[in-house]
Amino acid sequence: MTKELIKGNEAIVKGAILAGCRAYFGYPITPASEIAEAAAYYFPLVGGTFLQAESEVASINMIYGASSAGMRCMSASSGPGMSLMQEGISYLAGSELPCVIADIMRGGPGLGNIGPEQGDYNQMVKGGGHGNYHNIVLAPNSAQEMCDLTMLAFDLADQYRNPAIVLADGYIGQMMEPVEFPEEGRVGPIKNWAVHGDAATRKNVLTSIYLSHEALEQHELKLAEKYRKIQENEVRFEAYKIDDAEIILVGYGIVSRVLKSAADRAREYGIRAGVFRPITLYPFPTEALADLSLTTERFLTVELSDGQLVDDVRLAISRRHPCDFYGRRGGCVPTTEEVFNVLRHTLTHPAECNDAMALPMGMHAV
Amino acid sequence: MFNVIQQKPETFYDLFERKDGDPHVTHYCPGCGHGVAHKMIAECLEDLGIQDRTILVSPVGCSVFAYYYFDVGNVQAPHGRAPAVATGIKRSRPEAIVLSYQGDGDLAAIGGNEILHAANRGENITVFFINNAIYGMTGGQMAPTSLIGQKTTTSPFGRSLKNEGYPMRVCELLAALEAPVYLERTAIFDNKNNMRTRKAIRKAIQNQIDGLGFSLVEILSPCPTIWKMTPQESRQWVRDQMMPYFKLGIFRDKTTTQTPSAVAASETPAGLEAGSAQAASPQGASKNEPSSPPPTNSLEELKPRTDVSLDEVPAILGIRATERPGETHGQAVYGGNYNERSKFYEAASATPQGSGEEFFPRDVPEQYRDPQIKIAGFGGQGVLLLGEALAESGMLSGYRVSWLPSYGPEMRGGTAHCHVRLSQNEIGSPLVSRPTILLSLNKPSLEKFLPEAVPGALVIYNSSLIDQPPSRTDIEALPLSATEIAEKIGSPKITNMVVVGALIAKTRLLTKESVFAAIEALVKNPKLVEMNRRAVEAGMQAVMEKEEAVKV
Repeated sequence: MTKELIKGNEAIVKGAILAGCRAYFGYPITPASEIAEAAAYYFPLVGGTFLQAESEVASINMIYGASSAGMRCMSASSGPGMSLMQEGISYLAGSELPCVIADIMRGGPGLGNIGPEQGDYNQMVKGGGHGNYHNIVLAPNSAQEMCDLTMLAFDLADQYRNPAIVLADGYIGQMMEPVEFPEEGRVGPIKNWAVHGDAATRKNVLTSIYLSHEALEQHELKLAEKYRKIQENEVRFEAYKIDDAEIILVGYGIVSRVLKSAADRAREYGIRAGVFRPITLYPFPTEALADLSLTTERFLTVELSDGQLVDDVRLAISRRHPCDFYGRRGGCVPTTEEVFNVLRHTLTHPAECNDAMALPMGMHAV
Repeated sequence: MFNVIQQKPETFYDLFERKDGDPHVTHYCPGCGHGVAHKMIAECLEDLGIQDRTILVSPVGCSVFAYYYFDVGNVQAPHGRAPAVATGIKRSRPEAIVLSYQGDGDLAAIGGNEILHAANRGENITVFFINNAIYGMTGGQMAPTSLIGQKTTTSPFGRSLKNEGYPMRVCELLAALEAPVYLERTAIFDNKNNMRTRKAIRKAIQNQIDGLGFSLVEILSPCPTIWKMTPQESRQWVRDQMMPYFKLGIFRDKTTTQTPSAVAASETPAGLEAGSAQAASPQGASKNEPSSPPPTNSLEELKPRTDVSLDEVPAILGIRATERPGETHGQAVYGGNYNERSKFYEAASATPQGSGEEFFPRDVPEQYRDPQIKIAGFGGQGVLLLGEALAESGMLSGYRVSWLPSYGPEMRGGTAHCHVRLSQNEIGSPLVSRPTILLSLNKPSLEKFLPEAVPGALVIYNSSLIDQPPSRTDIEALPLSATEIAEKIGSPKITNMVVVGALIAKTRLLTKESVFAAIEALVKNPKLVEMNRRAVEAGMQAVMEKEEAVKV
């Protein structure tokens, strides 16, 4: 097994091709452009399709077409581009079309900047497009997971006929780490529900329109049952030093890496800190967090956004405990020392259940 | 003489069971042009024998339910996006016959960009554009093709030039593009014109079968219900009101001169082969290039292909060497020097621990272990590559490593920095906020990052460009005239490797051999590899001389 030092963004592309993806449609945007660039190089080499679309609106609809045709297909973008894709994602969910989209989050709202943020949590995890649907959302925190979770995303997308999102921040996309790639490629499943342009699939229709109210309700109930199964079977998370934890830090993506270092630092000072990292943001590990709240009273959610993840954490644990929150925005990533300071502050104050940006000034800076 | 057929074409369902209500009739109004156009398309699909191959993309609009009727593969698209959806299908299933069926609001308003670009790419698809100058399904709102003065529910006083502008002539617009093969505007209102329409539909589909590229037929079509007319009146309105503005005719016909373009889309036009952008940076990697992708030499070997077996895929991705047992050692597959790298791995994995044990340095002084390294300088000084060399070399040596760049808009004159960690343990945060080692290549970066360094940190600074020693006394400062040394060897661009040499001589964190292997893997131009090696050795030499001098 050999390792390759590689950017997370490129690991996504190699993982996708190994998972049998042979069609990429996308529009460049920082900090996700390496995905389009690597795809532009590799997809044609393996007999696949790469097409730079005229917009994210077009690229997500090309995905809609390619997925209808039974291909494992993907796109990638960042905040502003993801906003443009929301219409198409809703249609994909409504027509039960699988696809994988990587969202390498940048700073927002509006044009914002290209720094790492996690402000797309709500738009990807909670929906973002119109109607009753969910994306499967996976949150890698290393270059290795950019490959592994992309491959998993294709499997889950096909298994449930649903869009799957790889949700990473700019740092996870830009960071280079050693990655061990699988040494065998796979092919996606044959999709009998798709339209292949042959006699066997001629009767198939891919649509999201159900004119009668009752028919649409039945369709949405079917989707709801699918989401229930996803919640039942596909929850993934990582727990780090939580068994004896007096405080649990919750975060995903680059933040979870900082949290581990902060927990280690805290333990050097005799504070029993642990880290809970959701790997699936949808389905959210609600049960696991609720269980933890039986044995741990203090929770601190840290995110690169204004309190989006913490809503889900609070829903999971609020019957028993509040959850403190510390968020940085704009591309600022908290340092280990900073999180450690916040952690100490949290433990020496009553649980506030509010935004710890109300911390004394100076605590944010190193 | 005439063979009268009194049944639907095979490509229509006998009973429209996907539809609520009477399965014998369509949902279209009496006198509507959609029914006529549907029938002509269905007959054509049957006559050409392509029913099984056909995939019809229906829009948002009255024809959203085209799949009630057409016994072909059906995909219903978001409003205006049918050309993009059709593109995705056609690129995935090149053998399929992909039809996009759209109305005027769908194609000319909300989907204006999609149709423009699909046409401009010369997608080998067929588009039927039903222009009835109104939004039908939603109850009579203004379309981009509504005529001046035409009253609609959203232009109750009549479309005005001042407020809404001219009706959009789609065929004329698309005829400004080079790629389309066939563009014709026809009308449905009398037998003669219906037959012209029928002929145009056939030609547009045949073009796709022949692989000629993008064809579009715009069909002026009556909408009696919304126009509030009888079918007869509405046909006259097409003739008397629409046709004077939307002139019938062929706007483009390259059918006889066009060569099949089925493969053209995937071919690289001559003269546009990759390589021109490669020479930019002599050292290869820079922040705006993929870190591992294509060295120039492998681009010549690797070309877009269609016949790739699954077994070949990992090798194309550079995941393993192509040679199999019994075969001779082949060329590097990917990354140019991939085999060099894998040699290292083979040696590394031969050790009992299986991960770089042989190269893992054991005599690293305590204060340099588990370093948190920050590297900073001007953009263009090779700061990011310096970090990559350390990370790559560290990985080869069996460390856990991470490399995190500062990234920003691709503009000149900025500063660049990166964070590198080499650790024997799992790396938590890859962010280096309190460096234990600071490598500073220019003055502003030293001023900026020196305050972050932990007490006792090692600070190697480029004394060629930094005239003042670091202001702090609680750190270990090591001046290195890196740029001068690099220039002596041949280029200031290898300043970064001089710093690498100094770092490993000072700290013994990495062996020279592992750094050389990293250079082999990272530096794409073989001519520059040797120069980079000499820079590393010169950097080591400079430190060793200093230490000798101290001892003496």
